[in-house]
Amino acid sequence: MPIPLNVLEARQLARHVQGPQTPPTEDIREKVFELEAKGEWIVQRVPEPWLPVTTKYGRIKKIPVGHTWHHKSCGQCGHIPGYSTSIFWLHRALGLDYDDPRDQTSCTAWNYYASATSNVGAQAAVAMRNFGAAYESGYFPQIHCGTSYGHYKEVREQLVAHADLRDEVRRICDRLGRPFVMPEEIVHYSEWVYAMRDEFARRRVLDLSNIDVTVHPACHYHKLVVEDAIYDPDVYGGQRTAVVSAVVTALGANLKDYSTWYDCCGFGFRHILVQRDFTRSFATLRKIEVMREEADPDVVLTHDTGCVTTLDQSQFAARAHDRKVGVPVMSESQFAALAMGAHPYRVCQLHWHNTDYRPLLEKMGIDWRERWREFEDDLERLKSGEKQFLTWEDADA
Amino acid sequence: MTLQARYADVPVETKQRLFDEVKADLRFRDTLYGCYECGICVAACPSARFYDFSPRKIAQAAAREDLGIFYEQLNDDIWNCSQCFSCLRCPRGNNPGGLITIMREVAINNGLASARQALEGYGRVVYKIMSTGTQVSPDMLQPNAFPDWGPHVAEISENLLLWRRALPPETLHTTSTAWEVTDRTLTELYLIWHMTGVMDMIKEVDAGLHMILVDVMEELLEDAGYAAD
Ligand code: SF4
Ligand code: SF4
Repeated sequence: MPIPLNVLEARQLARHVQGPQTPPTEDIREKVFELEAKGEWIVQRVPEPWLPVTTKYGRIKKIPVGHTWHHKSCGQCGHIPGYSTSIFWLHRALGLDYDDPRDQTSCTAWNYYASATSNVGAQAAVAMRNFGAAYESGYFPQIHCGTSYGHYKEVREQLVAHADLRDEVRRICDRLGRPFVMPEEIVHYSEWVYAMRDEFARRRVLDLSNIDVTVHPACHYHKLVVEDAIYDPDVYGGQRTAVVSAVVTALGANLKDYSTWYDCCGFGFRHILVQRDFTRSFATLRKIEVMREEADPDVVLTHDTGCVTTLDQSQFAARAHDRKVGVPVMSESQFAALAMGAHPYRVCQLHWHNTDYRPLLEKMGIDWRERWREFEDDLERLKSGEKQFLTWEDADA
Repeated sequence: MTLQARYADVPVETKQRLFDEVKADLRFRDTLYGCYECGICVAACPSARFYDFSPRKIAQAAAREDLGIFYEQLNDDIWNCSQCFSCLRCPRGNNPGGLITIMREVAINNGLASARQALEGYGRVVYKIMSTGTQVSPDMLQPNAFPDWGPHVAEISENLLLWRRALPPETLHTTSTAWEVTDRTLTELYLIWHMTGVMDMIKEVDAGLHMILVDVMEELLEDAGYAAD
């Protein structure tokens, strides 16, 4: 049922009243600074310039514009590399300085949520090792994976609440020769895309007014440590997270709603790897089919590794059962990059995706045949040894 | 036979000990604040739609300290959870998904047969994350591992080396890890696994995997002056 207009207007009016002076729950960041004042750890400050965004209960969160340390996602880099490449490309398109580190492990939380073969101390130590590495680089962490983001927020809560855990992890960081550092904010890349959406809109070269988009909000983005996710009264009346959805609107595409938006994608952490009957069924029956039935989108956009993989890959088997599937899936970073003229193969690397995206590209006005031919030429050059790798210069040629 | 009858021969002391281990976890007190029995968590739970599974029952059994149901859940339910945390919608502020994370850890630490079974076929993933610091790698995209994803997976694996070279970011020209990770980074990760007891945990649940991991980690750890057992 749509939210009544007067309710929406009241919320928009109350936008500035509700916070940050009157937050309904305690702000963990105050405790993070208190611990710094007691000499327990260093707090890495958000570098200038930063943009203010509003979180669920009205608090302001600082999103650094540039000078960021990219905490990559193993699922993105490994299986849908156009996801990470597009995030970097967007930074380059705006001329922003960033660090793509080799001194980074994954958060290891996919495995933790799948198999529990780890523990609180190990998970916190992995997080603090990575934060220490970011601090030493001088760049501020921007986290690509929704699960890493959600998990690191859990780790922050646990470290703040338990002195003995802090002691254990501090000892480990000392042994590793790393500083014990907590960032001032824990920032997901989709928050940066949200904060920068008007910059992207200004650089848009494609008309997206005939593109219908549904959004899947990633569970570990908005369900874990809920008060830290971005909400905006202008987006669904502040009743669901504004990231991704606000980007769709800013780029001039049509945001379409569907009733199972809150449902998870079916990833399941262990299920996607060893129990995919659950994953396939949930992704297609509760998400893709419902979207098609209710919104008939040209594309599904989401902002996490597992969601892109699950929603995209699950459709193949469902097709064999004559299910109503066939909606391409990508991240909003890839979609924004395409809208700004990025190459669908050199940058967005759509050949790694499964569900047919070509009708979408045609509708967006992208000549995918020509672009694929160009990419095949690139591959020939790589094969012949004329080039060893495709470079950023090639990507923007 | 009721489910609880299935575990009737397990001594109550064992069930109590395992429950006490869950309760002793530092996160436990933040996962349970009583229960309205409202079922909101169940309505939001994807696994409840697919399996005979209920986050409400998980929360209630723990809150009531019902050792029989707890032990049954520890063996038969917890591995069905998707760890999506949709159940954090609970109006009491409970976190049944978080409670399940703790229960899984206890099941693994104690080497329960059900936990070993749940990890069958999963060892290669544990190996990958613990030895390389990245959980999935491009070369895991093999048609026999993902037959239900169709011929697309075969296309990727046939072109893998070439397609990886066609990625502009310099860190992504890898096939056996998701990105290039330095040796110093890996050494630190191995130290973390050893210093936090994760290696002992693996030994409990999969001795073969433990042996392989010790072998793989040995050289870097020795270079770092760490004597692994
Ligand atoms: S975390 Fe587990 S119990 Fe909670 S909603 Fe998700 S699948 Fe259900
Ligand atoms: S949502 Fe919370 S209060 Fe309601 S049944 Fe579930 S655990 Fe109990």
